[in-house]
Amino acid sequence: MKVTVDFAKCTGLGICESLAPEFFEVNDEGDLVLLKEDISDDELQAVEEAVAGCPTEALRIVS
Amino acid sequence: MTVRRLVVVGASLAGLRAVEAARKAGFDGSITLVGAEQHLPYDRPPLSKAFLEAGDDPEHPTFRTEQVLAEELGVELVLGAPATGLDTDRRVVLVGDREIAYDALVIATGSNLRTLPGTEHLEGVHGLRTLDDGVAVRAALDAGARTVVVGAGFIGSEVASGARKRGLDVTVVEALPTPLVRATGDRMGAAIASLHERNGTPLLCGRTVVSVEGESRVESVVLDDGTVLPADLVVVGIGIVPATQWLEGSGLRLDNGVVCDETLWTGVPGVYAAGDVASWHNPVMGERQRMENWTAAAEQGAAAARNAIDPENAKPYGTVPYFWSDWYDVRIQFVGSPEADEVVLVDGDPEAGGRWVALYRRGDRVIGALTVNGQTEIMKYRVMIGKGASWGEALEFAEKRKALAAQKERERAAAAV
Ligand SMILES: Cc1cc2nc3c(=O)[nH]c(=O)nc-3n(C[C@H](O)[C@H](O)[C@H](O)COP(=O)(O)OP(=O)(O)OC[C@H]3O[C@@H](n4cnc5c(N)ncnc54)[C@H](O)[C@@H]3O)c2cc1C
Ligand code: SF4
Repeated sequence: MKVTVDFAKCTGLGICESLAPEFFEVNDEGDLVLLKEDISDDELQAVEEAVAGCPTEALRIVS
Repeated sequence: MTVRRLVVVGASLAGLRAVEAARKAGFDGSITLVGAEQHLPYDRPPLSKAFLEAGDDPEHPTFRTEQVLAEELGVELVLGAPATGLDTDRRVVLVGDREIAYDALVIATGSNLRTLPGTEHLEGVHGLRTLDDGVAVRAALDAGARTVVVGAGFIGSEVASGARKRGLDVTVVEALPTPLVRATGDRMGAAIASLHERNGTPLLCGRTVVSVEGESRVESVVLDDGTVLPADLVVVGIGIVPATQWLEGSGLRLDNGVVCDETLWTGVPGVYAAGDVASWHNPVMGERQRMENWTAAAEQGAAAARNAIDPENAKPYGTVPYFWSDWYDVRIQFVGSPEADEVVLVDGDPEAGGRWVALYRRGDRVIGALTVNGQTEIMKYRVMIGKGASWGEALEFAEKRKALAAQKERERAAAAV
C-alpha cells in the first residue's frame, strides 16, 4: 500500500505530520514533503489517521 | 443491546464523520442523519477564506454528493428539519411531529452565532457560520461594501483580511482591550492583532458598538466613544454558543455544551456527543474542554460513532487541540492549551513581522505552541505536547531548530552570491 498526496488540494496545514511524522513533513516554504510512500502493516493506522485528519482531504491510500 | 438504528443529529463535519466511521467499522444497520440546514454537509473554514476571494463565484464546499451519502453510505437524509426534542426513555428524537427512534444517538449540532441585539431587521448585517451567510457576505464584498467587522476573533479577522485584500475600506471593532486572549493568551493576542494595523486595517480595541443605524439597510455603526463608522456591510463575529437548546428538558447534562466523559458518552444509555457541541474530558490535556475547531469535530465525530455502536469496547478520545487561521499573507497555527504559567518567544519577533514561534509552559511541561508562518515547526511541537514532553526538552528543541534555520539562511545567502 502507498499513500498519495493531491498537491492541488493540500494547503500545508501539517496535521498529517503530527499523526505520521515518518511520512509527512511541511518544509520552510509551507509545502508538504512526502518523506516516503510505502506503508507497512504497523504504520497503517497512523497513516489512516492522517488521511482522516487532513482538512482538505488531500491524502489517499492506494493499494 | 445490539445497535441496529444509529441516528446522528447535526449534518455537518462531526455528523458526517460519525456516519462514515460507523460504516467503516462495519456497521450495517440503518443510519439517519438529521440536519437543520437545507444543504448537504459542507466545510466551513473555506467560507471565511478562499470563498471570499475576488474572482469567479467559488464552488460550494460540499463534502459528499447526495448519491454518495445515499448509495455508498446508505444514509437516510432528513434535511431542512431541526430536531426539536429528545426523549431518552423512549429513545426517540423529535423532529417537529415526527419521531425518529434510535438505539444509538450521536449529537453533533455544533454551535450557533451570538448576534448583536437590535440588528435583526437590518439588511447588510451578517454573521458568518453557514453557507448562506458566506454567499451573502461574498455578494456584499463583490459590490464593494464599506465593511465593519465587529469582534476581532479569528473569523472576523479573516473577513477583514479578505475585504482588505480586495482593497475595500474595513475597520475592526473589538470590545476587549486585547483580542484573542482566550485562544492564545494576553501577549500573543496583542502580537497577532498587530497584523491588522500592519496590513492597513484599523483595529479599534476596548470599543463597544452602541447602535447600528439604518432604515432597512445598514448605514453606519456607532461606537461608545461617539465614533460613527459608515458601513454597507457589518460582519458580526462575537463568538458562538453550543447548539443545545433543543436538548433542554431532555435530562442530558448541559453546561457549556453537552457534558460527556472521556469516551464522548453523555452518561445516558446510547447517547454520545461530538464536535463544537460537546464538552468532554480530554485525557491528553488533563482538562475538560469544548473545542471550536475543525480537527476536533472531525475526530470526535468518528470516535463518538465508533463508541456508540460498540459501547462495551468504547475507547477514550484524547487530542492535542489544534487550530489554524489565515490572515493576509500569514498563517497562524496553535497547538495545545493557552492556559499557561509562562509564554516564551523562542524564535522570530512579532515587532518585526514575518514569522515567530512562542511556547507555553505549565508547571514543567510544555503545554502549548503558537507559530505565525511557522508551518514547518508547529506539528513537531504538537507531537511533543502529546507525549508530555518537559519544558526543558521543548526549549532545547527550539534552540536546535533556530540554529538549523540560521544555517539554512547562511547557505541560501551564500548560494545567492
Ligand atoms: C467561517 C468559519 C471559519 C472557520 N475556520 C476554521 C479554521 O480555519 N480552522 C479550524 O480549525 N476551524 C475553523 N472553523 C470551525 C469549524 O468549522 C467548526 O469547529 C466545525 O464546523 C464544527 O463542526 P460540527 O459538526 O461540530 O458543528 P457545525 O459545523 O456547527 O454543524 C452543526 C450542524 O448541526 C445543525 N443543527 C443545529 N441544531 C440542530 C438541530 N436542532 N437539529 C438538526 N440539526 C441541527 C446546524 O445547522 C449545522 O449544520 C470555522 C468555522 C466557521 C463558521
Ligand atoms: S494535513 Fe492535508 S493539507 Fe495538511 S499538509 Fe497534510 S496533506 Fe496537506
